[in-house]
Formats: sequence, structure tokens, C-alpha cells
Amino acid sequence: MTTLQSNILENHTPTGREEAWRFTPLKRLGGMHDGTATPAERNSLAVKGALPTGATFAHQEIIAVTQTDDAIVNRIREFTTKGAVLTIAANAEISEPIFLNRTSFGTDTAEFSRVLIKAGNHSKSVVVLENTGDTHLAEDLEIVVEPGAHLTLIALQEWGSKTIHAARHHAIVDRDATFKSIVVTVGGDLVRLLPTVDFISPGASCDLSGVYFATAGQFFEHRMFVDHKVPNAKSRVNYKGALAGDKAHTVWIGDVFIRAAAEGTDTYELNRNLLLSDGARADSVPNLEIETGEIVGAGHASTTGRFDDEQLFYLMSRGINMDDARRLVVRGFFNEIVSEIGIAEIQERIMARIDDELAKAGK
Amino acid sequence: MSTLEIRGLKVSVETEQGAVEILKGVDLTIKSGETHAIMGPNGSGKSTLAYSIAGHPKYTITSGTVTLDGADVLEMTVDERAKAGLFLAMQYPVEVPGVSVSNFLRTAATALRGEAPKLREWVGEVRAAMESLKMDPSFAQRNVNEGFSGGEKKRHEIMQLELLKPKFAILDETDSGLDVDALRIVSEGVVRAKDASQCGVLLITHYTRILRYIKPDFVHVFANGRIVEEGGPELADKLEANGYAEYVTA
Repeated sequence: MTTLQSNILENHTPTGREEAWRFTPLKRLGGMHDGTATPAERNSLAVKGALPTGATFAHQEIIAVTQTDDAIVNRIREFTTKGAVLTIAANAEISEPIFLNRTSFGTDTAEFSRVLIKAGNHSKSVVVLENTGDTHLAEDLEIVVEPGAHLTLIALQEWGSKTIHAARHHAIVDRDATFKSIVVTVGGDLVRLLPTVDFISPGASCDLSGVYFATAGQFFEHRMFVDHKVPNAKSRVNYKGALAGDKAHTVWIGDVFIRAAAEGTDTYELNRNLLLSDGARADSVPNLEIETGEIVGAGHASTTGRFDDEQLFYLMSRGINMDDARRLVVRGFFNEIVSEIGIAEIQERIMARIDDELAKAGK
Repeated sequence: MSTLEIRGLKVSVETEQGAVEILKGVDLTIKSGETHAIMGPNGSGKSTLAYSIAGHPKYTITSGTVTLDGADVLEMTVDERAKAGLFLAMQYPVEVPGVSVSNFLRTAATALRGEAPKLREWVGEVRAAMESLKMDPSFAQRNVNEGFSGGEKKRHEIMQLELLKPKFAILDETDSGLDVDALRIVSEGVVRAKDASQCGVLLITHYTRILRYIKPDFVHVFANGRIVEEGGPELADKLEANGYAEYVTA
């Protein structure tokens, strides 16, 4: 069995020996993976502000559109058949972002939540998921991007320090459709996100970007899987992370599978980590598996480094003090991706949070 | 009137073979409004002198003093040196990804002036500096030194010199890698900055051609980690004719 196929877990309680779980501290999952959590259906996801024309939102029955062997997602599906459904009508071009806000209800029970986002034929929309406060949340988020549709999903994990969040973002991307995802994880005790993309028809493309900043004791895992099983699809993955403080731990896994049928595939994935102190650990594992040579391109890169002394010297030689110089360098590092969000208010809020995390981490 | 005074400066760097002494006792005094050219062959320690004054952590000062109007420069952090009035135009300016020129310049000006410059006046200042260095307005939105050509990097350094108005400017091989047009534009920027603020200039160069545009009051020949000959502008003419051969023979 290949490495990638071994990611497909049998539906049992993970032990930590499985490839998909080998980095995750299972004891810190609040029992969401092994059936010991007290699940609750809180329906905490709600539309913030007015819903624009062309979009509808309801709590209703959901028929799963994706298969999965993820233990947590399967426990969610066993627990409930209902969830939040956001539908973008076919041909709707919605210029204003749609905000979905998750209210947290504390950590006594664990919210087991299903969400379906459906972008209709040739629609164009931006959806922002805002996650704040303290909660235990197991989330099965399915995304359907119909032919010719263009969906941007911005998922913000600005959690408080007690949150445990395990989520799978599974997108099915159809012919000539584009799925763009920007993930920001800057809060929580443990966050484990599985951005997953299935290309089901030629001409589909995805752009998965993310930033994360872990400080002392935090564990953030971002594990992608992009499945090229049809010809002429394009994928880009670019995640950047910073770590500061004792036992800050991040994991980035980039699994890209180019199956024999996926001729004309164009894929590139990149992960860069900035280690800002001793005692922090960044795991970064790009993993490309290729079954056909008839492709446009396939590549990956992973770097983990510290502050560049030459950059700091240059800035300080212009009178900028050490703290401000570090802040500029870290902001600059994340800017490439944060500026992609395209919503000034959110970009400023995320940058301010990054400043705070950096200040909290001290020197 | 300010004075930058270097006395008996000895500097070493750590290498795999242990500490190696690069500067072997440098004495130099520069006053406001003066232009000093330091000329010498490659590897003579000219750049080490520039970076040591600016406080680069790679260099260890083993003895000697550097003072600016009596204040001990060697005790200052890198940013404190800039705030005291020192500016280093680097030979190889560093890329800072994701940080725009405009943000960088404003942050630096805010740090050096002690308060954020008023936005409208600042925009005008930057525009004027960019125009006089023949830089495209889009330059301000690019990331610091990222993807800049050699000439763009040097123009950017001199633009900072004009905007940040130091008491003393150290120009480390600002002329290297510039074609004739760029050399003239950059040199005019230096002269403009000097005329405007009466700063002292320490011009480090390998070649004499920049001295056609920036007239030195004093020329110092640097070889093997120390100043080996000093004179007026005529010394540059002699170097132009004879090269450094007589200084590098052991």
C-alpha cells in the first residue's frame, strides 16, 4: 500500500499509529475521536448581517456528498443527519462576502456539526467562516463547487485558548470550477484541519492557502489532500506558519495524488515556517505521488527557518527598533497570504492578532 | 557642526579557523559637510569599516573607539546608531519580503523623527525624492529590495539618505554595478542630500569614476586593514593613473 492510500483510515478509533493521526496528540482531542465526548447539536452557525440575494441558509437534513474514513467525521455523521446548508444560486454573482459566524457555547459538551456549502453553476461568491471564543467543535464541512462556479472560502480560527477544533473541509470541484480556500489559525489549544479537494471533472482548479501562528503549548495541524483523478486540473497550495514559545507545535502535511487518469495536471505546493524561539516544533511533510508522467508540472517545497539577521540589521540600521523590526518581518512574511483575503477589516484584524501573538511570545 | 571620530579601531570576524583580524587600527575624523573617500583594493577591509560603524553583529570590535560628538557609538544598538545620526547605504541591500517600500520608509522616518510624519507632507516628500532619482511611482508599492535590479537597489538606498537626513552617511560601494546614467543619478542624489543637510559623507569605493560626480575633500587609501596614505583630491588622480599596486605588495 502506498503512503497516500494508507491515509485512508479504517473506520475505527485512531490509536495514533496511523499515518493520518501520527502527529496529533489524541489525549487533547476532548474525546471527539473515541466516543468519550458528550456530543451536542448546537446549531451554532448563523448568518451574520443580511444574506445577499442569491444565497439561502437553513438548518436541515443533509445527505453526505463525500465519503470519508475520518474517525471524527464518521462520528459526527452517526450522531446527526442535520446541519447548516448555505446555497449559492446558479449564476448568482455575489460581490459582498457572506459571513457565517460560529457562536461558542463553552467546553462542557462537544458540538458535532455538519455544514454544506453549495456553489451553484457559474455562481461567484466569497464565504467567510468566523470562529471565535472557547468551544469543543467537531466539524464536517462539505463543499460542492458546481461547473463553472467560483467559490472563495475564508475560514478564520480566531479561537480562545481552551478551544479544541477538529474539522474536515472537503471540497468537490466540478468542471471548470475554481475553489479558493484561505485558512487562518491563530487561536485554540488544539486545531486539526483537513482541507481536502476532489477534482471530479477536467478544467477544475483549487488554490489552498493558509497562515498559522502557534504560541506556547498550542498544537495546530493542517493536513491537505488534493486528489487529481481527472485530466487538466490545477492545484496550488501555499501555507505559512510561525511558531514561538515552549511546546508550540505545528504540523503541515501536503498530500497530492496524481492518478493515472490525471494527464495534464499542474500542481505546486509550498509550506514555509518561521521558528521564532527555541522549544517550538514545526513538522512539514510535502508528499507527492505521481502515477502518470503526462503532466504540466508537479512540485513542492518546504522550508523552516529563523529570523534572518540580515533583514533585522537592515531595518534596524534605519532606526527601527528590534521589536518593530521583528513585527515588520513577521507581518511581511504573512502578508503574501493575508492580503489575498481581500477584506480590509479582516486583514487588519488578523495582522493585529499576529502582532499580539508575537508580543505574547516575547523574545 | 558634528564630528564622527574613529580611533585605533580594531575589528575581527569569527571564521572556521578562529577569529581573524580585519581592521588593524583605523583612525579617521569626519566633520559635517566634509566628504571623505576611502579607496582601496578588494579585501582591504573597507566594507568591514562601514559595517562595524553601523553595528553589524558579525563584527567584533577588539579595541578602539567610535564617537559621534563625544557619544560612544560602539555602546549603541544598531537602531540607536541610526537615531544618533548614522546612515549606511549598503552595497548589497537586503530583501524584506512582504514589506512595501512605502511602509518601510514611513516606519523608518517615524522611528528617526520620533513621531509619524504628517501624511500629506510625507507623501509629497517621498514623491519628490522618487522623482529626482527618476524612479517610477509604482516603486513605493513594491516589497523592499525584492526583485530590484542592482540600479534600483542603489537608488532606493540614496532615496533613504535623502528622506532620513542623517548627520553622517557612509556609502559602501554605492557605485558598484551602476551604468553611467545610473551612477550620475545616484551621485546627484548624494550631492543633493549633502547640500541640503550638510551631512558628512564617507564614500567607500574601489574606483575613481564616482569621484567625478562627488568631489572628495579628503582621500584615504585603505590597504590591509588600515589607512596607508592620505591626501586631497589629487591622491585620487594618482590612484587612477597607478592603481593600488604599490599598496598591496607585502
